[in-house]
Amino acid sequence: MSATGIGAAVRRKEDLRFITGKGKYTDDVVRPGETRAVFVRSPHAHAKINSIDVSAARKMPGVVDVLTGKDLATDKIGNLICGWMIHSKDGTPMKMAPHPALAADKVCHVGDAVAVVIAETQAQARDAAEKVKVDYQVMPAVVDPGKAKSGPQIHDVAPKNTIYEWSLGDAKAVDAAFALAKHVTKLDIVNNRLVPNAIEPRVALAEYDAGTDQLTLWNTTQNPHVSRLVIAAFVGMAPEHKLRVIAPDVGGGFGSKIFIYPEEVVCLWAARKVGRPVKWTADRSESFVTDAHGRDHVTHAELALDASGKMLAMRVKTIANLGAYMSTFSSSVPTYLYATLLSGQYDIPQIYCEVDAVYTNTVPVDAYRGAGRPEATFVVERLVEVAARQMDIDPADLRKRNFIKSFPHQTPVIMAYDAGDYNASLKKALELADVKGFNKRKRDAARDGKLRGLGYSTYIEACGIAPSQAVGSLGCGVGLWESAEVRVNPTGSVEVLTGTHAHGQGHETTFAQLVSERLGIPFENVSIVHGDTDKVQFGMGTYGSRSGAVGMSAIVKALDKIEAKAKKVAAHMLEAAEGDIEFKDGKFTVAGTDKSAAWGDVSLNAYIAHKFAGQELEPGLKETSFYDPTNFTFPAGCHICEVEVDRDTGKTEIVNWTAVDDFGTVINPMIVEGQVHGGIAQGIGQALLEGAVYDKDGQLVTGSLMDYCMPHAHDLPSFQVGLTETKSPSNPLGIKGCGEAGAIAAPAAVINAITDAIGNEELGMPATAQTVWAALKRGQPRQAA
Amino acid sequence: MPAVSMTVNGKAVTGDVEARTLLVQFLRENLRLTGTHVGCDTSQCGACVVHIDGIAAKSCTTLALQCEGAKVTTIEGLAEPNGPLHPMQEAFRENHGLQCGFCTPGMIMAALDIVRRRGNDLDEHTIREQLDGNICRCTGYHNIVKAIAAGAKAMAKGGAHQAAE
Repeated sequence: MSATGIGAAVRRKEDLRFITGKGKYTDDVVRPGETRAVFVRSPHAHAKINSIDVSAARKMPGVVDVLTGKDLATDKIGNLICGWMIHSKDGTPMKMAPHPALAADKVCHVGDAVAVVIAETQAQARDAAEKVKVDYQVMPAVVDPGKAKSGPQIHDVAPKNTIYEWSLGDAKAVDAAFALAKHVTKLDIVNNRLVPNAIEPRVALAEYDAGTDQLTLWNTTQNPHVSRLVIAAFVGMAPEHKLRVIAPDVGGGFGSKIFIYPEEVVCLWAARKVGRPVKWTADRSESFVTDAHGRDHVTHAELALDASGKMLAMRVKTIANLGAYMSTFSSSVPTYLYATLLSGQYDIPQIYCEVDAVYTNTVPVDAYRGAGRPEATFVVERLVEVAARQMDIDPADLRKRNFIKSFPHQTPVIMAYDAGDYNASLKKALELADVKGFNKRKRDAARDGKLRGLGYSTYIEACGIAPSQAVGSLGCGVGLWESAEVRVNPTGSVEVLTGTHAHGQGHETTFAQLVSERLGIPFENVSIVHGDTDKVQFGMGTYGSRSGAVGMSAIVKALDKIEAKAKKVAAHMLEAAEGDIEFKDGKFTVAGTDKSAAWGDVSLNAYIAHKFAGQELEPGLKETSFYDPTNFTFPAGCHICEVEVDRDTGKTEIVNWTAVDDFGTVINPMIVEGQVHGGIAQGIGQALLEGAVYDKDGQLVTGSLMDYCMPHAHDLPSFQVGLTETKSPSNPLGIKGCGEAGAIAAPAAVINAITDAIGNEELGMPATAQTVWAALKRGQPRQAA
Repeated sequence: MPAVSMTVNGKAVTGDVEARTLLVQFLRENLRLTGTHVGCDTSQCGACVVHIDGIAAKSCTTLALQCEGAKVTTIEGLAEPNGPLHPMQEAFRENHGLQCGFCTPGMIMAALDIVRRRGNDLDEHTIREQLDGNICRCTGYHNIVKAIAAGAKAMAKGGAHQAAE
């Protein structure tokens, strides 16, 4: 292994600009003549718009224009769409309600935009926005997904506020298996609604060039090409070739910056109308009521086992709250990213899952780190842990008895797991966490009046979200391959243009490690270019832990072509047959001789083209690839959480965290560990601290960082992180992906640990001190078998 | 509009501002020092932390006019142009104490204030408690804590307890 190649903990290329304040985030971009946009937003969760009076706002200092939903409709700007079709059990398509970028007739959640003020400065726009008079007729709202079907109807297209009633699996076979079961564990679970809260708020800056009829959008997006495609093809803002989307440095995404939002549509439209660049920068309060939220499931789940603890079947019924409108990929999250993972790491012969997706008067819900897989893991790992406790079987042992041990393994819920070793990660985690010593630590803690508990989460996820044919057959409106272009310059340095997008993941480093290792050239001689539709040929962006498994695989395929072409050039230079050229460590050699050509010489010769005829071999050294993997990848592992609960206050302290993950091939262990840390923190946040709370009228009570509890440094422990490795057979590098694992594994581990400590399984998330204290006071025994 | 004068990263600057203009707006918009970030509107996240007369402050909650005559240091002022990085900057890179980088300038400025107040030998508990005013969504803080401990030690070695104030 070289110091900068695959497997090396190379320090990141991107860090220099970030630690010196030279990062270039969207809000740092300033265009000549730039104006500022401030949105007028609904203070009501559900209301008819009787009228909007903008006359006073127009007279305010610095105001350039004030635009409303009626203006948007007049200009025939199209609605935002959800790009993944789900059909109900009865075969009917999902009920996608119109989602205009500015509401014209009615508002459906607090924060729904009704007008925009364009002014010379941010302060002037804000002042004028306060002068826009909106006459609302307030209507009753529904916020609780469990009550959505009987609540006031939000959209004409969706009776009973029902988007779809979907199912997966064989209900009759599951019923038959339950009838034979010796033990059934039943749980009611609420997967709490979360606010993503990337620390960089969303920003959109749009500019129109009347001379070329070209629109440019600088945007905090995880997928600039998808954004351009939707805004061009569905919103109809401009033809695709007349719209450029640039995603510069982006300050965290976690899913929330995948989606196409009203604000970028409005900025583009307004920039063309006013003939000047228009910038909108969200403040945090706006982020809370406009960024798509995550999770928000209400679930009843049952697990059937035989007398020996062998799992026979699982039955799950979930209501998923998708909020007021269907966000870009929202429909897929509680269906094909959720029910397909309900087999966990276990050989479960039969699984049946029903999911009802509903509208409520809340912010739209879509993918948030893990997207469906944390919800599935929480269901599975709570069921397994509780079943073990009820049957008086060691939780690790019950897991082992049911682990899938041979691959490939076809689950009853679509997924075909291709590789894994679940015993290996469990075994290593048991050792690292010193589970053998737990009973002694529990007794010691008891002497201090503390309750100690241990919780496991042996999770699995499906990442890459490809191949395209597979996701297409499940309703996805796009292909989820990835593309790469490798440009070798005449001097031998290399630019890689990737369709993935980094917003903290360190692609500029890991991708360069791959190229450096493969071509045998210095790491410093490789640059990674991403985030600009005028530079990168195409790309599907970054989410679903896909950039390594799919994005880097595309680079590998392009590098294969580069090597093949370079060998042809070298053969001409060395006057040898192409088949005799060997390439190793950046040098081309004629097999069995000492004749060789260095990388730089071959690169130069490819461009000066003096050694070969252009009719015989094209000059230049640049290759592209569009790569589609053969399967999803299946990262998996075991997280063990150890807690101490103060029996007087209910306060939980995480005293030990052990994570052992199998991500397949690891390019940069330092970056991978960092991804694991961050994911665990978000999972612990969900389990202990975070929860979006609406009151009955649809007001977001947790609407600022003062009210919504983000994990702080003092809320978290340091993490013990280990790896095991089975290669993914579905891509050339054997990578499985690491970005979401922590957030998927962690919530179940935390809740399993606390319920172990307090001896009561009825514990909701977030398990705040008050919640845990109340559970301790209730002191209910474990649910009877 | 009233004028304000201050020293920013060692340079005397003046500008016309509204009475309500925040220091962070003055830094970002008037001076184009965009390393200082705004991540919230309630003084929770700390992405905007700068030093005013050597003490950490949230520039999103400070009026530009309050800084009349003050010495302000931002992330851009920690290292000389083309000079070596400040040991705390180096420690964040060496320990992978950043991912998306958005909270990082505020983290580094806050870290230097922890060193100023609590010295160069910082234990994990102290660092975690003292970071209460800064939020990171990417790293889970694990490597930020390591970076600050290492940076504080490196500052003692280099005799640089005082940042570039």
